[in-house]
Amino acid sequence: MSEMINQTEMREKYLRKGMLPSIFCNGCGHGSSLDYTFRAIEELGLDLDNMVFASGIGCSSRIPGYINADGLHTTHGRSLAFATGVKAANPELDVVVFSGDGDATGIGGNHFIHAARRNIDITVIILNNFIYGMTGGQVAPTSPKGTIATTAPYGNLEGAFDISELAKSLGAAYVARWPVFYPSQPIKSIKDAIQTKGFSLVELMSPCPTAYGRRNKLGNIKKLWDWYEDNSILAEEYDKIMNYGTDEEKAETINKIKIGVFQHTEKVGFFEAYEEQIANLMANDDKKWGGSK
Amino acid sequence: MIEVLDDWCKGCEICVNRCPVQALEISEIMNKKGVRVPRLKAVNKCHQCRLCEQLCPDFAITVIKEEKEEGEEKECKLIIGGVCAD
Ligand SMILES: Cc1ncc(C[n+]2csc(CCOP(=O)(O)OP(=O)(O)O)c2C)c(N)n1
Ligand code: SF4
Ligand code: SF4
Ligand code: SF4
Ligand SMILES: [Mg+2]
Repeated sequence: MSEMINQTEMREKYLRKGMLPSIFCNGCGHGSSLDYTFRAIEELGLDLDNMVFASGIGCSSRIPGYINADGLHTTHGRSLAFATGVKAANPELDVVVFSGDGDATGIGGNHFIHAARRNIDITVIILNNFIYGMTGGQVAPTSPKGTIATTAPYGNLEGAFDISELAKSLGAAYVARWPVFYPSQPIKSIKDAIQTKGFSLVELMSPCPTAYGRRNKLGNIKKLWDWYEDNSILAEEYDKIMNYGTDEEKAETINKIKIGVFQHTEKVGFFEAYEEQIANLMANDDKKWGGSK
Repeated sequence: MIEVLDDWCKGCEICVNRCPVQALEISEIMNKKGVRVPRLKAVNKCHQCRLCEQLCPDFAITVIKEEKEEGEEKECKLIIGGVCAD
């Protein structure tokens, strides 16, 4: 592999330097995700001028503002609708959406479901911190049961959305989930997601020390980052233990979060299929409406 | 060598805590926000794996590869399966 780009060059090439340091709190994982995205783009040799970054509202949705490329900071939960429009207007563009767990599965849940189902050829990077970070820590559809939040002071009673499972069942072309504390897997997944035709999701578990960690007594930044390490497990490893492990091993594993690549297929994206349909109709003009004129 | 863009550092210590060989420490140097910034320890086993550079959420660290001097034998600091991987 060629030598990885160094940070000094990366800042010059990819960041709107005047916007930095970011608004993210000390120890927030969101910045690392952006770092990995830049490295993925660099390794793929993509041209930032041929890319558009879209986002909704939330801390995670601030990300496109730091990228030295065209971006759309849209309304809460609606980034996928805007991204779909960009892709419709110019299918040649690489469109990457940054979204939060709240933005993508709360207010924007239906946009997410239908963009995946329609197989819009975009890459969605969801920074899942199990909470509405920007607004001070309300429960999100992803908050684990028992989460203490401003809207659940005695503990969340609702079951949590598994974003990757959802995308997988909707037939997304690419689905992967990683914690942010290992760089190489997220970088590889972002590369694969961008290159895969069809709807691609990379879910990155991003620690939020301010609105999630502190309230849930997960300790300081180090302990919170360690929590993700202790509470996630490779999906293959998980399945092996649940099938063949001892009762003790199973009990230790059952509540851990599965990580890995969950789906990787090639699917013709919606707009490509649309172009194809038009080409077919033009070629068979007389049969356009299923009969002769 | 490790270069820190001091004024972008927020002091999360993720670089210090995650370095596989504990090569970094929080120094006495303060940036303009009053955050004490990381530096390599005087004696360290940094093998330039660049983990700190990639993990830093604030784009503040650059690891600069040190070229091996002509003829110099460098001690390998990370051996995986009998092969030097540092
Ligand atoms: C229509 C509308 N409703 C509510 C809000 C308030 N609001 C802003 S950000 C946010 C939650 C963001 O959470 P998430 O997407 O998980 O991002 P995070 O901040 O956690 O990264 C909410 C509810 C809004 N801006 N617009
Ligand atoms: S509130 Fe949470 S998600 Fe938002 S910047 Fe702070 S740590 Fe990050
Ligand atoms: S490059 Fe690797 S070994 Fe050196 S300080 Fe950074 S994390 Fe530690
Ligand atoms: S990881 Fe970055 S921001 Fe955090 S202490 Fe190290 S240099 Fe500073
Ligand atoms: Mg969130």
